[in-house]
Amino acid sequence: MKPVGRAGLLRAGIFFLLLALIPVLGAPGWLLTTLIFTVMYAGLASSWNLVGGYAGYPSLGHVAFFGIGAYAIGLVFTNSVGSGFEPFLLLPVIGVAVGLLSIPVGWIAMRTRADVFAIVTITLLFITQTLAFNLKDLTGGAQGKSVAPPPFPVETFDWPFYYAMVVMLAIAMAISLYFRRSKIGLSLATVRADEDKAHGIGVRVTAVKLLAFAVSCGLVAMIGGVWAYYVGFIYPQFAVDPLITIGMVLMAFLGGRGTLWGPVLGAFILVPAQEYFAQTFGASELYLLAYAAVFIVIMLFLPRGILPSVSERLARRRLAARGPGESPGTDAARPVDPAVRMEAAR
Amino acid sequence: MTALLEVEGLTKRFGGVAAVDDCSFSVEAGTITALIGPNGSGKTTAFNMITGYLKQDSGTVRFDGGAVERARPAQLYRRGLSRTFQQARIFPELTAIENLVVAAGFSWRDLFGRRVSKRDEERARRMLDEFRLSHLADLPAGDLSYGQRKLLEFAAVLMSSPKLVLLDEPTAGVNPVMIDAMERHIRERNAAGVTFLIVEHDMQLVMRLCDPVIVLDQGAPIAFGPPAAIQTDERVLEAYLGG
Ligand SMILES: Nc1ncnc2c1ncn2[C@@H]1O[C@H](COP(=O)(O)OP(=O)(O)O)[C@@H](O)[C@H]1O
Ligand SMILES: [Mg+2]
Repeated sequence: MKPVGRAGLLRAGIFFLLLALIPVLGAPGWLLTTLIFTVMYAGLASSWNLVGGYAGYPSLGHVAFFGIGAYAIGLVFTNSVGSGFEPFLLLPVIGVAVGLLSIPVGWIAMRTRADVFAIVTITLLFITQTLAFNLKDLTGGAQGKSVAPPPFPVETFDWPFYYAMVVMLAIAMAISLYFRRSKIGLSLATVRADEDKAHGIGVRVTAVKLLAFAVSCGLVAMIGGVWAYYVGFIYPQFAVDPLITIGMVLMAFLGGRGTLWGPVLGAFILVPAQEYFAQTFGASELYLLAYAAVFIVIMLFLPRGILPSVSERLARRRLAARGPGESPGTDAARPVDPAVRMEAAR
Repeated sequence: MTALLEVEGLTKRFGGVAAVDDCSFSVEAGTITALIGPNGSGKTTAFNMITGYLKQDSGTVRFDGGAVERARPAQLYRRGLSRTFQQARIFPELTAIENLVVAAGFSWRDLFGRRVSKRDEERARRMLDEFRLSHLADLPAGDLSYGQRKLLEFAAVLMSSPKLVLLDEPTAGVNPVMIDAMERHIRERNAAGVTFLIVEHDMQLVMRLCDPVIVLDQGAPIAFGPPAAIQTDERVLEAYLGG
């Protein structure tokens, strides 16, 4: 693959500059709240993508680590958050600790593949939720657990949380980019395509799988920590909510698994859509149907996700423009344009 | 001569039927040995056990002096035993170059380094040049024709500087021009010191290229010797015609 060129860096630069400027330019409260959740899901989906997209292991249990990160913040900062920034400083510790904790879990779960793996990881979700309900001394059980309120000024109260989410997204995307440009990504691609063959040619399969899993889980836990601090109250059914797992998976699928921008695009479509439908249909759960409908319609027309499908179509069009009579699958040497690769999506 | 590969009493049953049945043979260093036999005689299954992809029910495999008790494909590959598959298993989403780079093997440190470094790229391009696949270097391998994929997989296993290469039907489904290319590459590499064990159905190619020839029937060797002797062997003719 070609290194991400200047255009890619420029795109990322503009994107994050815009995100950084939005609060300063006086975005209304409702917009900032929506954006916090949008960027949060973009970060979650990007983190999930490290293992679900690049390694091809579609975990459905990632919200377990989100919940662990949330409760870690709740446990340490029950009574006081000092200046208000201490919880953010704890996040790297949470990330590393949960990443390490997830290694034995991944080691066991990743002995299974594909759909079995998905089911094994779902049980992880329910085990964690059950623990959250029952370890009352730690979590407060169904009563919930509160985080001490931060002493932030009212008019910019949301800003620290918003920027924390933006930083988390930037970290997740930077790691994603690094994976793709290193032999870690190359190795993960062989694992996703044909794990047995990857073993057979000496690829460090177990190591790269566990690395992807641990980094992914650590990031998700950090985002869970920011979330807990923001909402201020942690209930088992919300901190370990299957909808959060489903959300990050759907967004990565929608935008395009195994791509850098796909999960971000998916989040920026689905989260605002969900908000909009929730407002339109009120408290009834009908909005979930509309939300599902958006997803299904897009996946019907772009089954591999938006970015891969679109770039494949573009590539095909370019190939067609070069003239007929070039069907792949003949042994005859054929002229080839390296630009006709699915570069944008990879 | 020393045997590079020794197979002794290798056996594998699939639901009571022995696909490979008390099979013993050896491959001398420096040879191009053929493993032939009717369809279903257990050639691919034997390959799978030798390379560690499949666990044998009983029997031993010795490669390059060391016994392979619990054979792991990755270890064997690093020790110099590599193979291709009957149905060319390449990584379709990776480019041709990346397919070679990932098969070349790399250290733990390189794992964290560039996906395709300058040195990787130079080595891979030289190999692609040799196989006349340079024009496909940056294309996803999935876009290659069947014959091109077989060549690519062959080129990829050579990247790790193997001592012994097992080729499973390298010319099946490949056009005549590519068969010639394949034969040339096998000869060149063999001259450079690589030993080959080849499953092949094209008898003319076997007679031209290989010596000795091992004939497998119903999971066990029934004949072994130079191609001329095999051609007139009673049991071999019977296995092919009467089977
Ligand atoms: N995974 C498997 N499960 C069950 N039977 C198998 C399996 N692999 C091979 N066989 C059977 O073992 C026998 C030998 O197959 P194979 O080694 O592929 O033969 P060859 O490569 O010589 O054509 C055949 O009868 C085949 O049906
Ligand atoms: Mg076979």
